[in-house]
This record gives sequence, structure tokens and C-alpha cells, in this order.
Amino acid sequence: MEELDGEPTVTLIPGVNSQKKQMCFDWGPGEMLVCETSFSKKEKSEMVPGCPYIHIIRKDIDVYCKILRKLFNESHGIFVGLQRIEEELTGKSRKAQLVRVSKNYRSVIRACMEEMHQLAIAAKDPAGDSQFSSQISILSAMELIWNLCEILFIEVAPAGPLLLHLLDWVRLHVCEVDSLSADVLGSENPSKHKDFWKLPGNTQTLTELELKWQHWHEECERHLQDGTFASSPHLEALCKIMLGDEAALLEEKELLSNWYHFLVTRLLYSHPTVKPMDLHRYAQSSLDVFLGGESNTEPLDNILLAAFEFDIHQVIKECSTALSNWWFVAHLTDLLDHCKLLQSHNLYFGSNMREFLLLEYASGLFAHHSLWQLGVDYFDYCPELGRVSLELHIERIPLSTEQKALKVLRVCEQRQMTEQVRSICKILAMKAVRNNRLGSALSWSIRAKDAAFATLVSDRFLRDYCERGCFSDLDLIDNLGPAMMLSDRLTFLGKYREFHRLYGEKRFVDAAALLLSLMTSQIAPRSFWMTLLTDALPLLEQKQVIFSAEQTYELMRCLEDLTSGRLVHGEPDAQQLQDDDIETTKVEMLRIGLARNLARSIIKEGSLEGS
Amino acid sequence: MFVARSIAADHKDLIHDVSFDFHGRRMATCSSDQSVKVWDKSESGDWHCTASWKTHSGSVWRVTWAHPEFGQVLASCSFDRTAAVWEEIVGESNDKLRGQSHWVKRTTLVDSRTSVTDVKFAPKHMGLMLATCSADGIVRIYEAPDVMNLSQWSLQHEVSCKLSCSCISWNPSSSRAHPPMIAVGSDDGSPNAMAKVQVFEYNENTRKYAKAETLMTVTDPVHDIAFAPNLGRSFHILAIATKDVRIFTLKPVRKELTSSGGPTKFEIQVVAQFDNHNSQVWRVSWNITGTVLASSGDDGCVRLWKANYMDNWKCTGILKGNGSPVSGSSQQGNANPSLGSNIPNLQHSLNGSSAGRCFFPPLDSPRAGWSRPSYAQLPPPPLVEHSCAADTASLQYPHPRRASLSRPLNPLPENEGV
Repeated sequence: MEELDGEPTVTLIPGVNSQKKQMCFDWGPGEMLVCETSFSKKEKSEMVPGCPYIHIIRKDIDVYCKILRKLFNESHGIFVGLQRIEEELTGKSRKAQLVRVSKNYRSVIRACMEEMHQLAIAAKDPAGDSQFSSQISILSAMELIWNLCEILFIEVAPAGPLLLHLLDWVRLHVCEVDSLSADVLGSENPSKHKDFWKLPGNTQTLTELELKWQHWHEECERHLQDGTFASSPHLEALCKIMLGDEAALLEEKELLSNWYHFLVTRLLYSHPTVKPMDLHRYAQSSLDVFLGGESNTEPLDNILLAAFEFDIHQVIKECSTALSNWWFVAHLTDLLDHCKLLQSHNLYFGSNMREFLLLEYASGLFAHHSLWQLGVDYFDYCPELGRVSLELHIERIPLSTEQKALKVLRVCEQRQMTEQVRSICKILAMKAVRNNRLGSALSWSIRAKDAAFATLVSDRFLRDYCERGCFSDLDLIDNLGPAMMLSDRLTFLGKYREFHRLYGEKRFVDAAALLLSLMTSQIAPRSFWMTLLTDALPLLEQKQVIFSAEQTYELMRCLEDLTSGRLVHGEPDAQQLQDDDIETTKVEMLRIGLARNLARSIIKEGSLEGS
Repeated sequence: MFVARSIAADHKDLIHDVSFDFHGRRMATCSSDQSVKVWDKSESGDWHCTASWKTHSGSVWRVTWAHPEFGQVLASCSFDRTAAVWEEIVGESNDKLRGQSHWVKRTTLVDSRTSVTDVKFAPKHMGLMLATCSADGIVRIYEAPDVMNLSQWSLQHEVSCKLSCSCISWNPSSSRAHPPMIAVGSDDGSPNAMAKVQVFEYNENTRKYAKAETLMTVTDPVHDIAFAPNLGRSFHILAIATKDVRIFTLKPVRKELTSSGGPTKFEIQVVAQFDNHNSQVWRVSWNITGTVLASSGDDGCVRLWKANYMDNWKCTGILKGNGSPVSGSSQQGNANPSLGSNIPNLQHSLNGSSAGRCFFPPLDSPRAGWSRPSYAQLPPPPLVEHSCAADTASLQYPHPRRASLSRPLNPLPENEGV
């Protein structure tokens, strides 16, 4: 039976003539692009009359509905609570809890209906009003179905209380009675009725109840046969109804709004102790009798019938086809699964029906710019494919603001999604570099643990320093901490900045030692050595001796390393000659400075040792 | 599904490709008018063309975005025998004020001697790489070793396919167990029975791409090919657009069973095959989670295919032209649909006509009530109208007489009612 295909649903694209043209398309994270094209005529470019349109296609329309958003938001809390219901709870307390959860879901639907109703009143134009109304009717249908499922599958009411629940169910969803006091149902002899109904277990057993009811039933019948009410046709009809006479009930058909109203009324007067197993038989016959042979059932009829048949699978299937959003089936299925009512369909797809529906629902939420945050928790509770689906969805969230990016990152970090964290930080680092925001680029690449990119950004910082003689983003560079170890260049940047700080604080000895170690440890890139040596010049010129003799030898070795390694290629041009001139002067000055310092340090060290 | 917006593309000739960027905030279009256009989505949801420039000296077949880790980078390929890489330049406050962005050509890849029919960036874990294929039957793989310098691309591999190539797809799997892999399709129409799909795999030892598989059963011209996102599976899923839509699974045969060092061998199976397009299928593409495949064909429709939780693939939706022109301004639609625009869809859906809904095949044969248009709402219509203004929870709610008489809903507790 599974092979039977439901008809695929058709979405019409305006302005495209499918007879003549084809469509090219692309998937986005929440939307699809569709555009008219012609694939067959590739080489010839043919002028098209008019201007083609690009169409943006969206999937779940309800996600964009403001009032339903409330439904999504509030049910999210209930859903998360349900997932945390303690497994060890068994028997009555567990059932009571599940019933409470079910009622909570329903009250959210009701609240939503109420709000929609207010809007319908506020909507002045009839068009708006009717639109709200039809939305309400859908929510109302959802609540009706949910309520019945709650009675049959979650409460699992036994014979006796079952009918009580069904009565409440009908009362809640059929409204006429209130306003029509002369109604059949209204005159159902309430006092007698109320006394009569006592929950089994409280004062009497089901058998006792059945006996009493039988007795009462016979009495009514006797009255009818004796012609007690013969003088009043109305009373007689009433009596017949109380006896559960179908014909009499159907005469008042217009007062019964629908077949399930008829069903419950009929059960009340003829089979008050109906067993769950027998419900379907009565439901089917009530439907047949009520519709009087017109076998045109609506989706709602089929759903309710399936519920009366205790065919949960069928209820969910019918609902998922008939309703426009995944909210209803996802949440109901999840709840029923917590009631341990679903056999799992663990086939290749790798997830059972519950997960399948939750994934659909959560994916829909991710199409929305803020509802995606709810979707995260739904994915979390899908053991098979939730994680990988979340990974694929979350990296597509547009990182339009830093705040939003941090929100996305937090979600990823909480779940140890290291690759997504890396990728998001990398995207932000790249964006910052492109906009020349070096500080931001550096901190994002540190967060991404991207050594290559940190090197690249550090080089930019150093280049900027060489050009402008000062550093930007000092706060960041001064507080790199262990992050400095991410890349050699970043370590150098941090250490070089530290040198400047020591120098600024006039801690010349420390500054000098650091400067030298940057070269001797090879942390400083060769290209930067000349800058470092130039930085040593003022230290060499200080009154007191800063570089020791040994350190001065090291400096000299560095300078010679650097100058001897230089090779001149080809004929130098004028600019190069000028540059070389400056370079030569610098080297000469360094040599003089170093020699002088060496002399001073030898004398100083010698005299200190001597004293 | 619904059309949220329609935007006048303003290309002077046929559009060949549309492409969303990674986040779905930008798109690019390319056309026979030799230009590429870039569109940006504003905070309010409107789309604006922020750049439009001549890219090639022939029809531009394909345009595609690099991963945003590499910045804002596009690649295009054309009938003019070249592919090109474009980068957006930041700055120029004048441009920004005018809402325009500036794109510069970073490189032109001129190795092909014939029309370049497809261009695709490699999965990001491989670095900044792209592959092109061309009518001369060669797949070329290029790499930009320095992501900050996109003017240097080196041709890393040339893979000969012996047949005119029409389409390529990288395997997106980043699993270490899966070496880089690329599938190539051919639209060679000559009446031979040669297989039209080849799969090449990178070999770490030889540092070359070697043929791993040929899909022998695909002998008709192939117009598009697409690996599905991997979802952590051990095997691969490949969709093919040929005279029908086909979905294959490629299951690697365990290494120890094959000769070590050689390319992976696969166990290949067709898991779905649909001829609903009636004739040629031109494009196939997976949604981001690889759960839905879209295909476009000669019937002028885009069809959506989905496996339900029982792993039955079926058509769940059709996007179809309505034939009537789009009227009005250059941009129209409902970006923030009010309820007004929602309801007709909801109503449709209740009749079973909203897209993407039929993932559960009905157990019984289709019912008469399913397509009956007279009742738009889920609940059965009341047989008799009541003047019930009391309770809007009533299923009969939309009711002519109730519109004016209304009272707020009775909230829970449950026992309210009669």
C-alpha cells in the first residue's frame, strides 16, 4: 500500500510558459531561485521578448505568519520539557504528566486561536476577516483532532469514563447548545444524568452502573410503550431520544452539527459504557447514517475515523497531508512516541517517523531569521540525523551582525561543533581583512585557530607598523596571552609589541634582551631584522651601557648575517640605488654604534669585575 | 511552496544560470548577453542588483560562488572558451553610496580550446580549487595556492574524458575515508553506446586523478550531475539528469578486497529513476541537507523528489509555469506575507495542493473528497446554518452570519462548553 503515490503538489510560477521554455533553478538555505530559460538552444543566442523574472520560492509559509510564531515559540518550551520528563516515572504519574503536556499543547493552540480571533474582530474589511477565520478554523480542527487523540491514546480512558471524555470533547467543540436552550441536548435531563454518572471506582463498579442504566433504560421504554407521553409529541420524541432511537435523533439532525456530535449523542443514550474497541464500529456507522449515503468524506472525517480506529500511523499520515505546516504532526507524533505508542520504522533512512517529522519541522524553522534558534533544540532531540542536519543548517545562518555571529557561535561551541566554529570564525576573519579591520580579523582568526591566517594578519600589522611607526589595536595585541603561540608570526608580533612597551617604560635592559632574543631565536622573520637592528640603535646610544659585550657580539653577528646574505641581481635602477644608499648609511651607523657599545661594555664589565 | 517574490532580471538575453551564495543573501545570474549580475538582499528582504558587468565574449553558461571563507569570489564559464574568477573589491565609498559593488577579474583560465561548459569550486576543505569541463572532453582542476592572491591560479590536473563534457560535480564529503572525487557527465549525442558518466578519484600516491568508475547503464546524453551532501554516510549519492532523473548510490567496496593503492571500487545501484519530465532532464540539484532533489526538464517544470522515512523516493512537488505574464513593477511579492497571503495557501493545503506535503502516501486510493474543490476548509461544513455567535472554537467558524456577531473565545479549562 505504501507504493501508492499521493499527488505531488503544484506551485504555479507566474510568467513562465512551461510549453515553450524550461526553468533553471538553485537551492538556497531557506529559499529556492527559479528562472525561465531554454536549455536546448545553447549555441545560438536567441533574443527573448520581454524580460525574464527571477522567482524566489519559499517552502513553509506558516513560518512567516506572525501569530503562528507564538504557537512555535510557546510549544517549543513544552517540547523541551517533554524531552526531559524523567524516564523512570511510570504508571499513573507518568501518564498524568503526559496528559498535562498534551493539555498544555492544546492550550497553546487555543491561545493562538483566541489571538487570531481578536485580530479577526479588529480587521475591518471582510476579506481580512474571512482570512483570519479560515486560519482559526484550521487551528480549531487541529485542536479537535489533538483532543480526541489525547482521550483515546494518552488518557486511554476505559469504558465508562471514555464516554464522559467524549462528551466533554463534543461540548468543547460544538457550540450551538448554549444559545439554543430548547435544544435536544440541552434538555437531556441533566439532573438525572448528573446523578447517574459516577465514576466507576468511586461508588460503583462498571457492572453496577450498567445494571442501573439498564434499569433506567427499561423504565423509559415502559413509559414510551405505556403511552405516558402520548399527549405531547415533543415529550415523546424526547423520550425516544433518551432511548437512543436513531430515527428520532436524525429528525433533529439540524441540531447536531456533524457526525461525531451525532455519534456521541447516540452513544450517550444507547451505549454509555462503550468500550474503546467498539468505537470505530459506531463511528463508521454514525458517519454513514449522518451523511446519508453521500460518501464524500473530508480529510478531517478520515482523520477522526482513523483515530476512532486507534490507527495512530494513519492519523499522522492523514494530518501531514492535510495540514499546511509540520508543527502539528511533529509535536503530536513526538508526544505519542513518549507514550511509547509508535513502533519504530528503523529502516535505511536512519530515523523513525518521529525524527523524520521533527527534522522537517526544524528545517522549516531555520528558513526564518530568528525562529532558527528554536529549531536548534529540535535537532538536538533527533538522535540519528539531528546533529548533522544542525551542522548543515547552522553554518548557513547569515552572519549579518557580530551579535548574530556570536549567537551562532555559542550554539556551535556548546555542541563541540569545532569545524563549524572554525568556518564561521574564518568567514568573519576574511570579511574583516577585506574591510581592513585588522584587529577584528586577528581575533577571529585566533578564535578559528587558523595559524596561516593569523600569520597573514600579523604581517599586515607589521607592515602597517613599518609604514606608520605605530600599532593599531594595542588592547588586543597586549593581551594575546597564550593565543600568541598560534603562529610564529603572531608570537613575533606580540613579542615585538612587548619590546616597545618595555622601551616605553624605560626598562631598557629587559627591552634589549628581548630584542636580541627575537633575532637569535629566529622568531623574527629575516625581512624584519633590519628594522629590529635599527630599533637597537637608540639603546646603543644611551648614556649607560645596556647591551653587554656578549650581547653586542650577537648583534654584530646578526648584522653581518644579514648584510653578507644580500645578493644584488642585475642592473639596479635609480630608486634601488637610492634605497641602497639609505641602507648603507644605516648599516654604517649600526656598525659604529655597535663598536662603540662593545668598547664601553668591555670597559664596564672589566672594571666591575675588578672592583 | 509559494512564490514569495518575483524580480525583473533585466538581462538582455536568455538567462542560463542562477546561483545563491552560501548564506542565501546574495545571488548571481548569467546570460547569453555575456554579462553577470550580482544581487543583494536588503534587511527588508528586497533584492537589489548591485553589480552588472560584461564578463565574457560569448554566452555565459554557469556562474558559481566560492565558499565565503575565501571572501566574495565568483567563477563563470562561457562559450568563449574561457572560465574566469571574479572578486569583489571593498572600498570606494562612492560605489557604496550608490549601492553598487565593484568586481574585478582576477584570472582568465584559457586552457580550453572549446566552450567551457561547467565550473565548480571544490569543497572548502580542499582549499581554494575549482574544476572546469569543456566540450573538448577535458576536465581541468585549478588551484589558488595563496587565498589572498587570486590572480595566481595554477593548472593542477588535466583529466581526459574522451567525450564532450557537459557537467561536473565534486563529492562534498570531507571524511578522511573519502579521497577527493569528481563526477563528469557527457552530452555527446553521437549514436554510440558509450557510458556518459565517469567518476574520478584523487590518488595520494600518484598525486593524480584516476578513473574509479564508469556508470555503464547511463548511455544517453547527460546534462547535469550532482553529488548529495554526505550527512556522515559511508557511501555516496549521485543524481543524474539524462533522458530521465536517476539517483545512484556508490558504496565503496572495502579496501582490503581491492588491490591496494588503486582507485576505490564501488558497488553501484540505481535507487530511483523517474521519467516524469517526459523527455530530457536538464538540471539536478540537492537542497542543503541532501534530503530533496530538484530536477528541471523539457516539460518546463521543476520537480522535487524526496525519500520518505521508508526510503521511498517520490515526487513531492512541482513548480510549473502558469503561462501568464508577471505584471506590475520590477519587484513584487510578499516578503513578509501578511495573513492575507497565507490563507489561500493554507486553504489549498487542506485540499492537498500545497507543495511538499505528500510525504506519506495515502494508504487508500485517492479519495473523492481530496480534490473536491467545494469545501476549502478541513472541517465538514455544517448541514444547517446556526446563528451561533457564541463560540469561535466552533469548527463552523467562517460563517456569514457570524462575522458581525463575535465574542472572544472561551479559553481553557476544558470543561467549559455546554
